[in-house]
Amino acid sequence: MTKTDKRRYLLNFAAAVLVFAVTVVMGMTGGDAMKLSIAPSIWQCSYLIIMAASLNLVLGFLGQLSLGHCGFMAVGAYTSALLSLAFERAGFYTDKSGPAFLLVLVLSVLLAGIAAAVLGLVVGIPALRLKGDYLAIITLGFGMIIVNVINNLPFCGQQGLDQGSASSALYANGLAFSNDEKMSYLWVVGVVVILCMTSMFMFVRSKYGRAIRAIRDNEIAASASGINVSYFKVITFTISAFYAGITGALYSCCNAALATTSFAFTNGSILNSVFIVVMVVVGGMGSLTGSVIAAVLLFLLNYTIKNGGWVDLLPAFLQGVFTYPMLVYSIALIIVIMFRPRGIMGSREFALCDIPKWPGQFRSYLAARRAGREDRRKEAAHHG
Amino acid sequence: MITFIQFLITGLRLGSVYALIALGYTMVYGIIKLINFAHGDFIMVGGYSLFFTIPVFMNLGLPGWLAVVPAIVICALVGMLVELLAYRPVRKTGNNLTCLITAIAMSFVLENLAQAIPAIGPDPKVPYTLFASTISIAGVSVSHATILTVAVSAVIMVALYFFTQKAKIGCAMRCVSEDKEAATLMGIDVNKAIIVTFGIGAGLAAVAALMYIAQYPKVFTTMGVTLGIYAFVAAVLGGIGSLPGAVLGGLVIGIVQSGANTYINSSMSDTFVYLILIVVLMLKPAGILGKNVGEKV
Amino acid sequence: MADAATPVLETRHLGISFGGLHAVSDFNISIYPGELVGLIGPNGAGKTTVFNLLTGVYVPTEGTVLLDGKPLNGKKTHQFVEAGIARTFQNIRLFHAMTVIENVKAACTKDIHYNLFDATFRTRRFWREENAVTEKALDLLEICGLRDKADLLASSLPYGQQRKLEIARALATDMKVLLLDEPAAGMNPTETAELLGVINVIRDKLGVAILLIEHDMSLVMNVCERIQVIDYGQTIASGLPQEIANDPKVIAAYLGE
Repeated sequence: MTKTDKRRYLLNFAAAVLVFAVTVVMGMTGGDAMKLSIAPSIWQCSYLIIMAASLNLVLGFLGQLSLGHCGFMAVGAYTSALLSLAFERAGFYTDKSGPAFLLVLVLSVLLAGIAAAVLGLVVGIPALRLKGDYLAIITLGFGMIIVNVINNLPFCGQQGLDQGSASSALYANGLAFSNDEKMSYLWVVGVVVILCMTSMFMFVRSKYGRAIRAIRDNEIAASASGINVSYFKVITFTISAFYAGITGALYSCCNAALATTSFAFTNGSILNSVFIVVMVVVGGMGSLTGSVIAAVLLFLLNYTIKNGGWVDLLPAFLQGVFTYPMLVYSIALIIVIMFRPRGIMGSREFALCDIPKWPGQFRSYLAARRAGREDRRKEAAHHG
Repeated sequence: MITFIQFLITGLRLGSVYALIALGYTMVYGIIKLINFAHGDFIMVGGYSLFFTIPVFMNLGLPGWLAVVPAIVICALVGMLVELLAYRPVRKTGNNLTCLITAIAMSFVLENLAQAIPAIGPDPKVPYTLFASTISIAGVSVSHATILTVAVSAVIMVALYFFTQKAKIGCAMRCVSEDKEAATLMGIDVNKAIIVTFGIGAGLAAVAALMYIAQYPKVFTTMGVTLGIYAFVAAVLGGIGSLPGAVLGGLVIGIVQSGANTYINSSMSDTFVYLILIVVLMLKPAGILGKNVGEKV
Repeated sequence: MADAATPVLETRHLGISFGGLHAVSDFNISIYPGELVGLIGPNGAGKTTVFNLLTGVYVPTEGTVLLDGKPLNGKKTHQFVEAGIARTFQNIRLFHAMTVIENVKAACTKDIHYNLFDATFRTRRFWREENAVTEKALDLLEICGLRDKADLLASSLPYGQQRKLEIARALATDMKVLLLDEPAAGMNPTETAELLGVINVIRDKLGVAILLIEHDMSLVMNVCERIQVIDYGQTIASGLPQEIANDPKVIAAYLGE
């Protein structure tokens, strides 16, 4: 470990502590705005962030397109919901507070991840023998099957957990947090996001990350460099599914009812396998911080369009356009893709210790642009 | 036995519709290697054009099915517009994945744009039912729509096959899908071939829309999504890029779906459709009729 | 090091056919430690196919590859590399979006012995292994004259240096036999001379056996101790450079009868 490395780690650790502290403090403050919109938004953002980042492991770092990522989230969500319900029914906890519930929460989150990871392994071993669009379609198939099967399991409710007698009990007593509980457990979001993101960074900044990026860049050369391609593909897929499972647990924390349509291939909302892919590409493939930024941005865009927000500030004739939020949203997406095809971050990462270098970089960027313009002008003059 | 024949007929009919849509997927994929997510929504466009034009044709005393002509034209125009306005600019700057994202976004644009049109709106509409009468052979009842669907699909597929094999622009399309650079060097107008492909693919979607609403008389803005996914699965199952493969894949998916509905449980039919897909891809990674092209080292 | 009497790499009746076409048949070669052997032949003679057979990219339809006398049948490419055969590619295949040093480090993956736990918690073992691999990568870059380029993107290197990076990456696998597929293709005379220097250093310092495919005849005649010539997948001659240069069959194959 070099000196700059040490500084990086310290800086990032401090930032993580800061994020955690912010969630704790926010959870303790009051106010309706905080309770009704900000805290639930943070919960929603948290699972979008982890979903996007975990899919980036497969899509951006390993270079394999998976269209069934939400299937693993569904498995996580139902695992955690059913597990917590079982504990609740066994009388292990009565209200959502105290160490007993905390233990159940931790167990649910972990087991949600593990269940999804096991399924990821089972799906990954056969699926990853295929490549490109064929892999995309087979993961889509697996995702569809997962959702379809869950949809037909008697103990998961026929059409989602909120229907039928067994599931109404789950509705009332699963992990489902009320707005008050979302506030008091806001630190859970902080902890989970920090742990997940940190461990993902550790993964990609190790021999594993090097190996999978090598596979992405050139699979044949990777195997000719002694990299066991199938092993690294499967392990990455499994780890990615693990995180997706954890997001499933977060999802069942902040939703009173679970319905399989939430984890479908596409649906009207921004939580579906396709939109997670969109987040990864918009953020930049191979950039975890890019995924975080894209998840937050796309969430905010979607949220403000749907809930007013800055739209109210626009002139009246423009507000009319935003009556169709998804239309604006998708057109915005096409424009972003046209002008920034490599995503917001490309494959770079946002690093705290690089911030002091920013002014210099910006100056040299401007200089380069100016030079480019000069050159073009000269060339034009030359031709003219 | 009657149930069996009935299930087979239903499967064939569903399969023919899927095959028509799958052809569009496969042609576009073949030429620009893009999963055109918006393709399913072309069916929706076709569906609504039919919904509005059938009554007009009937009032003029013309047969209602003739409305498919303007529907084909409208769909083809929409398809070409999508290629011109969205895919072509992105293809210039981006890679395969950015094109894919554009396709996804385009699908949302079409669905929501349709919803924004006052005459369409968010609620499902019921179009005029065509070919409703049925004939009965030895206890098996077959609607005219079924016979027409299968027959028309078969004719179109054969025609399309000969078009790509014999017609000049058809050959150009095949050249472009084989090797874009080489095609350019041979003096083929690549962009023209691509846009014609989009036009034909979307036009086929309009025909599929006619067949589909004859059977399930309901149009709504997201009607193309599930249809599109099944058709796409069909195209991959048969070997994406191969026209006969798309037809075969469509029929397989239709029959599997109808079989699951008849003999098992309609709510599990998705599982069986995708199970078939997975099994086939495990045994033949490039689909039933696809060519497995290994990377040259 | 293995006994000098047993070849480090040996093939017996190696062959492959695609459909009915015999791309390579009855290919026999023995390479001894520290030797530099050339494999030449006209375009399309099957040279690269031989390399693909020797590295498990293609599965031979007949015959065996032996490394230190042990057969490698049924193994995958990465297992061939683990056993000790490394290669470069005719058409450069770098990990283009990774830095130069990462390219080399990626090829060390099989020799890095830490697990997911070590990576996640940055244990002492993680740092020990990572530091060791960085040292090793820098040493290899030094040999190939790329040390000052370590942090550049592989794709930003000029052509000649990309070729050298491929060699450095192959070296990182700690092989016993190095297969070089047209390393001088597209290089100018200065670059070729530099490359020659690198190849000599590899052989002398690291003592590995090298099998070289090359079209640059002067290079082949200069550095190779023995040469084997193939045409239409068949060995048509093998021997010392001078013998090969005067072999009528070889001349016929190159000039056409």
